[in-house]
Amino acid sequence: MKLEEFQAKKFLEKFRIPVPDNGGVLAHPDETAAALKKCGEPPWVLKAQAQTGGRGKAGGILVAQNPSQAKDKIAELLGKKLVTAQTGPDGILVKRVLIEKTVEIERELYLSVTIDRKRSKIALIASAQGGMEIEHLAATSPEKIAKFEIQALSGLEPYQARALLFQLGLFDQDPKIVQERVAFFKNCVQAFVSLDASLLEINPLAVTKEGKLIALDAKIVLDDNALYRHPEFKDLEFSVPLSPAEEEAKKAGISYISLSGNIGCMVNGAGLAMATIDILKQYGGDPANFLDVGGGANVEQVTAAFRILLTDKKVRALLVNIFGGIMRCDVIAEGIVAAVKETKLVIPLVVRLEGNRSEEGLKILSDSHLNIVSIKGLAEAAQKTIELSQKNKSAVPA
Amino acid sequence: MSILIDKKTRVICQGITGGAGSFHSRLCKEYGTQMVGGVSPGKGGAALDDIPIFDTVRDCVEKTDADATMIFVPAPFAADAILEAAASGIKIIVCITEGIPVLDMVRVKEELKLFNSANKKDKIWLIGPNCPGLITPEECKIGIMPGYIHRRASQQKQVGRAGIISRSGTLTYEAVWQLTQLGIGQTTVIGIGGDPIPGTHYIELIEMFEKDAETDMILLIGEIGGSAEEDAALYFKEKMSKPVCAFIAGKTAPEGKRMGHAGAIIEGGSRGTAQEKIAFLKTMGIQIAPSPAEIGITVQKVLQSR
Repeated sequence: MKLEEFQAKKFLEKFRIPVPDNGGVLAHPDETAAALKKCGEPPWVLKAQAQTGGRGKAGGILVAQNPSQAKDKIAELLGKKLVTAQTGPDGILVKRVLIEKTVEIERELYLSVTIDRKRSKIALIASAQGGMEIEHLAATSPEKIAKFEIQALSGLEPYQARALLFQLGLFDQDPKIVQERVAFFKNCVQAFVSLDASLLEINPLAVTKEGKLIALDAKIVLDDNALYRHPEFKDLEFSVPLSPAEEEAKKAGISYISLSGNIGCMVNGAGLAMATIDILKQYGGDPANFLDVGGGANVEQVTAAFRILLTDKKVRALLVNIFGGIMRCDVIAEGIVAAVKETKLVIPLVVRLEGNRSEEGLKILSDSHLNIVSIKGLAEAAQKTIELSQKNKSAVPA
Repeated sequence: MSILIDKKTRVICQGITGGAGSFHSRLCKEYGTQMVGGVSPGKGGAALDDIPIFDTVRDCVEKTDADATMIFVPAPFAADAILEAAASGIKIIVCITEGIPVLDMVRVKEELKLFNSANKKDKIWLIGPNCPGLITPEECKIGIMPGYIHRRASQQKQVGRAGIISRSGTLTYEAVWQLTQLGIGQTTVIGIGGDPIPGTHYIELIEMFEKDAETDMILLIGEIGGSAEEDAALYFKEKMSKPVCAFIAGKTAPEGKRMGHAGAIIEGGSRGTAQEKIAFLKTMGIQIAPSPAEIGITVQKVLQSR
């Protein structure tokens, strides 16, 4: 789960990580005057809230020198489609803007805490050069990026924090300042662990003219697997709501990603689902989605999956590819029969069943006397689905 | 031969009284696995058919001399189940559970590393989590894979046999079924799981297959994300004599809408795409199956040309 900047900053504050004074988030330009009252003197920074990096380059971060300029620029940002290097060409619609007091900075650093998959450890990455070009720096001058492995069981050790201060040019002869800076980094790691984050990135991490560390921007990605143990995240509201299909998929515990094609796919297992999309494309077909119905799906889930697939009006044919492991093919077959009847399916349906109780499953399909094409081989099933989707000129009825 | 498990392996099930635990313990036993016990706190003294159930893993191991476990404990408690097994003398821990928090797995691996450095001769292997398990055909099945799709011996001995390591579940069955239908036997098939922090990566297992006299080649089944396939490929190039081929799923997956730079920085610029993996593996001399329907014939070609 990706957090928007203002949400991330609220959490950082809870972990005593300093962030700029702010007037809150606005969804409408008329809220500007009230928000500015909490922001002190101009200039102010106006930041489009969107779950992406690279907003600055895309024109999503503006500065205002006076209240009327602030209101105009906020109006400009709200409703803007922000296209960054990380969003892809579709971009993100800006629905909220964060107003902050500008901070006088002396230096910009880079800091992130993330998971190093190769080493199976928490890693802290930092650089004395923060800002927009950090990836370029990582590629061209990797020696300028410091990396520390953190023991999950003990957090950031003082000797590591100290080494970090030396590498970032933050060491000071005044032990109080050192202590404050060490605490900053320890709190960042603490926040990462306590929130069950997959990523906590502060870029830029600013050093103010008074020598204080402050998080000018914050990106936090939470581990979806850990959400169950964080009731405090339940009420987080995101500016871009899920589509009806995504909402239903989430409720059913089904993994669903919409693509641009016309063949709806229902598969059990993420790897097999990706491979199914691969093989459809290989034979010239155009998948409409990725959908992993998971192991152990019941009749309700299969019906829910069909409904989700059919919300996409571009779909001309459906391909179900199930290799039963935990999943029982007879349960899937019952689900398919129920789903076809409930959705009054008229578009072509190809079902490929293999594995656990596949014979029972195939029998259920044939006994239903519904218009279902069952094919054993994966390549043939893909090719048949493509052929049927091309023959099917009628769209899904509304 | 095989790696990690065989007909002598004595297996217990943690979470044996749950729906999935009981269902699959029975199927594994039916397949021929030595299912010697189960653990469910508070249900000690009961039994699943004739499989005795205990309150703790330690009790269970003491009474049954078990050396492997199959974990069906729900995600919030699964990391703890892994640690309980490790602390009780279990050497092969197979965690089927999906949805374990990433930081729980980071902590589990740190603990296992401590166990293993104190007991270098008797390493604890963690397979999974979020995996289908592993199987040595006709000897031992620890997991949820359908047994019948596997074959132990090849149609003719000179065909050779394959060891398989995969991040996927059902895609692995697809590959195994193709091999079986082509008359190619499997020594051991291991699902290492789809989580970002797996207990065991490809690289530790291909080393074992290299040393296994009856494994003639290795099939890797990979997918987008991370760099485990590349790490294995480098190891293959530098240290292995047996051939390796691979199928990487997600060639046509749209690139993830990522957030922040840390991922790119930490992976050294590689974005974990299937295309990048395929290209790199090819340069290391690994044959790539061009389609999920052609995994079997790619393995066949590699075996024929050795």
